[in-house]
Amino acid sequence: MASSVYLCLLRTVFLVCIVNLLIHGVSGDEDVNQNPHHHLHENITGLPIVTFKWHHVETPYLVVLWVFVAALAKLSVIELNHHVTSVFPESGLLIILGFFLGGIVWGADKVQTFKLLPSTFFFYLLPQIILDASYFMPNKLFFSNLGAILIYAIFGTCWNAATVGLSLWGCYEAGAMGNLDIGLLQFLLFGSLIAAVDPVAVIAVFEEVHVNEVLFILVFGESLLNDGVTVVLYNVFEAFVNLGGPMIDTAEIFKGIFTFVVVAFGGSFLGVVFAILLSLLTRCTKHIQIIEAGFVFVVGYMAYLTAEMLSLSAILSITFCGVCCQKYVNANMDEKSITTLRHALKLLANGSETMIFVFLGITAIDTEIWVWNTGFILLTILFIFIYRIIGVFLLTWMLNKFRLVPVEVIDQVVMSYGGLRGAVAYGLAAMLDEKTIPEKNLMISTTLIVVYFTVILQGITMKPLVQWLKVKRAAHSDLKLIEKLNNRAFDHILAAVEDICGRIGDNWWTRGWNRFEENYISWLLMKPKARKNRDYLFSIFHKLNLEDAVNYVSEGERQGSLAFIRSDKAANVDFKKQFGSEFADVMPDIMVDMSSYELGIENFSVTSIVKDTIPSVSLDINAQDRKNALDDINAHHLLQQHLYRSRKHHRHKYSRSHFSINQSEEEVQEIFQRTMRSRLESFKSAKMGVNQAKKITKHHKKELAHKMANGHSDGTGYLYGDEVDSAVGSETGVISGTFMRDKYTVGAGIENPVFLPDMDSPTHSSLPWLMETEAVAPSQRAQRRLPWTPNRLRRLAPMRISTCSTDSFLMADVSSLTLEEHEELSQTDHDEIRPVFD
Amino acid sequence: MGASQSGRVHKFQELADKTGFSIEQIKNLHSRFTYLTQDEDTLRREHLENISNLAINPIRRQIIEAFFDKRNLGENEKGCLQEISFEEFVTVLSFFRPPKPRIPDEEMKNIRKEKLRFLFNMHDTDNDGVITLDEYRRVVEELLSSYETIGAETAKAISDGAMLEVASVTVGQMGPDEFYEGITFEQFMQILQNLEIETKMNIHFWNLDTTTMKCGK
Repeated sequence: MASSVYLCLLRTVFLVCIVNLLIHGVSGDEDVNQNPHHHLHENITGLPIVTFKWHHVETPYLVVLWVFVAALAKLSVIELNHHVTSVFPESGLLIILGFFLGGIVWGADKVQTFKLLPSTFFFYLLPQIILDASYFMPNKLFFSNLGAILIYAIFGTCWNAATVGLSLWGCYEAGAMGNLDIGLLQFLLFGSLIAAVDPVAVIAVFEEVHVNEVLFILVFGESLLNDGVTVVLYNVFEAFVNLGGPMIDTAEIFKGIFTFVVVAFGGSFLGVVFAILLSLLTRCTKHIQIIEAGFVFVVGYMAYLTAEMLSLSAILSITFCGVCCQKYVNANMDEKSITTLRHALKLLANGSETMIFVFLGITAIDTEIWVWNTGFILLTILFIFIYRIIGVFLLTWMLNKFRLVPVEVIDQVVMSYGGLRGAVAYGLAAMLDEKTIPEKNLMISTTLIVVYFTVILQGITMKPLVQWLKVKRAAHSDLKLIEKLNNRAFDHILAAVEDICGRIGDNWWTRGWNRFEENYISWLLMKPKARKNRDYLFSIFHKLNLEDAVNYVSEGERQGSLAFIRSDKAANVDFKKQFGSEFADVMPDIMVDMSSYELGIENFSVTSIVKDTIPSVSLDINAQDRKNALDDINAHHLLQQHLYRSRKHHRHKYSRSHFSINQSEEEVQEIFQRTMRSRLESFKSAKMGVNQAKKITKHHKKELAHKMANGHSDGTGYLYGDEVDSAVGSETGVISGTFMRDKYTVGAGIENPVFLPDMDSPTHSSLPWLMETEAVAPSQRAQRRLPWTPNRLRRLAPMRISTCSTDSFLMADVSSLTLEEHEELSQTDHDEIRPVFD
Repeated sequence: MGASQSGRVHKFQELADKTGFSIEQIKNLHSRFTYLTQDEDTLRREHLENISNLAINPIRRQIIEAFFDKRNLGENEKGCLQEISFEEFVTVLSFFRPPKPRIPDEEMKNIRKEKLRFLFNMHDTDNDGVITLDEYRRVVEELLSSYETIGAETAKAISDGAMLEVASVTVGQMGPDEFYEGITFEQFMQILQNLEIETKMNIHFWNLDTTTMKCGK
């Protein structure tokens, strides 16, 4: 099955290539008029219905075709047999596929028509990869290891460049390469371009391997920054080469070093400036949400181009732009824009990465560039390998003297082995000037071989090596709130202990920076409202809640509708039926709402769902038979209590700038106030009344037993609800929140605990995450017929403590927003349901 | 005088053996200790409270308490001391000593356990071996109190969420009558097993500092 799909895809790829070539061949042979319009005009004999205007679209068409081919290549590589993909890294496979494609082009044209041009690479393919890498950089990890990363990136690269260049020169002088027209400076130039570890290749390989996070950030951070460094070195040496040997004196060398510093730090600084600009900009893009995600690309690219224009390091510039802006941009922009941005960045980066690897393969199939010099090529590979290892061990040895947690030997081995070279080196080699460097082609072919060697061979062996050495892998852990809390606590504990020891250490600096950041930078760059939401812990909390809510909804959809929110067939009073029939008449327009909701419900941010209390109520209509209205009066009463007529306005379905229905703030406020009012009333009555919890518990147990006896397999659901109440029972002394039960017993003869809260809490209770009392949520969840319901029971007890206390009432004072946030908690246990959807 | 000097060196050596600090580190800590106590023999809470940088630490109360907690001092009894000597001061600080490189796994596990135990004790304020929701809430509220952006309500919600998480991860199936009391130490270890505490709960202790260099001739 998989292989047939693969074959089919491969065929498509080839077909596309051939079509492409044919078209190209046609265009090449034709040699027609330069101006197709003119041409067309002259030959016109009648009214042409269809004309073939290849030249008109040639360039964009070729670009699109190649993008398409690359994407298909990626698809076919991914769809390959899993045994192959588990051994071969994707990047290597893409290169190999590139060989084939290149072979086809070569076979058709007898010349390599398509090459990876340095300008294309540096202007159109590289920036988005770097932006993506830096934007998703784990900031804390990056900055806490910044010292080590910088040392590897700067000194490691210089070390590599110098030693490789000098050693090659030495071997050349010793006669190992025969006769070449190449001098010391050229060797150093070559060393500098081949020195850098390539981020594209490293990310591609290391992401598949999953090494531990410190190792990953060291390799990754190094590869990202040393690109900048290597470009700078390259420029300096190129200038030296152009200057010519005799002209270089001490002053020039010092100028070279100074340039290095200025270019590297200037580029980084420029990136930070652009990051600040970008953050400030996103502060005020609230009303153009639909395009705000675009600013990140545009400003990032601007940072890149501006640095290029000022001959500063463009890669460093865009790196720091991405790293510095991420926090503020994420905070300032709308949730949807962030999702858009995230996907778009990944799309672009992944696409260019694929293009780069495919074209690295294609470029190889060209007789023009291949100059073979066994000595030079083999020695280059050898020296790169050896000096990388020496460099890493040397620098790590020095670093370990200062590091709290030393980098282990095994990690060092992986680091040295992970020195993959990639497209940056090729791009730089292709940019060499043939006039000053006569052996340009030798350098290009050596670079290509080095790239293939490292990406394919080292890429393949990386995984086995990591396994064999038992390198600490990344722990696959979900977000655990308690871990994050402990991390936060650690920061403070460590800082405090440092204070007590009277030492100004890392933690002191970190804390100082954090405070500064919190007080000034965030104040400047973040929307005030966003600052809370962007607090690290809060965002995790929020994320968990979001996931839960989304899971909750998708679970509902899996079962056909969100009917489970209300439905319970076994309820003694068929609430739904009445409700449904009544409801269908009352609010047809809301049902219309729902159609739009069901379409894209997973993409909705929970807040929008949360605020929509009504639609969720209406959802159960679909699932239920609503013919029998048994108790009209009761239902009417219920409806009056629970329903809120939505005053929603629909925009036109098509709008360029808005996706969703607008929501009026007042409406939410009003619903909230109504809810709170009625809740307070019920609270008052509860205070007067007797605490009935125990009685109810027993009652439900009886009911449960009854249900079980009747052979309802859904007993678990009730068990859940039952537990709520038994917990209440056992805790009545502590918890005064049992007021909820009071009214219930007095009220109509609904016996199912599931509906308890519904009686008391109007509109809000329609959605579990809006519940004032979380006791409701479990009971509703209990209605889902999930096999592992018992598993979820255990979560219940603490939940109970948290909510049935009187404190929840204090919340009447706070805004509805806070309320929702609090209530979302009740959904936290949803992560257990996740496996279903995976 | 010379006798007391050598006696002190001897004592330091003992401490160094016990806690794993080097002699230089112990000397440094001793000078810090005398500075904090203003040349008294014992350290009291107010000495620590006077440290200006500590005043802005949201969980300073817990940290200071940890220094006076008997459980952290290697004794099996519970309760708090009113003042501690230098030896106890060093003992508490030794929880933050980075582990030596290349030690066997078994030992690493112990170190890890000790560090976690310290953290656990910090949370378990009433010494009953269980972190209850109330205790945990208090910790989290204090922890988050310095972040003006997070209100008390949210802090509570977060602590509740975390507690729920612990309950879900650690406790197996609970019967209908069971009630989750709180986090025991075993559960605490389980829940934080991915947190590489042995690499995180460390600070640098100086081997040399300016004061010793001056008097060290």
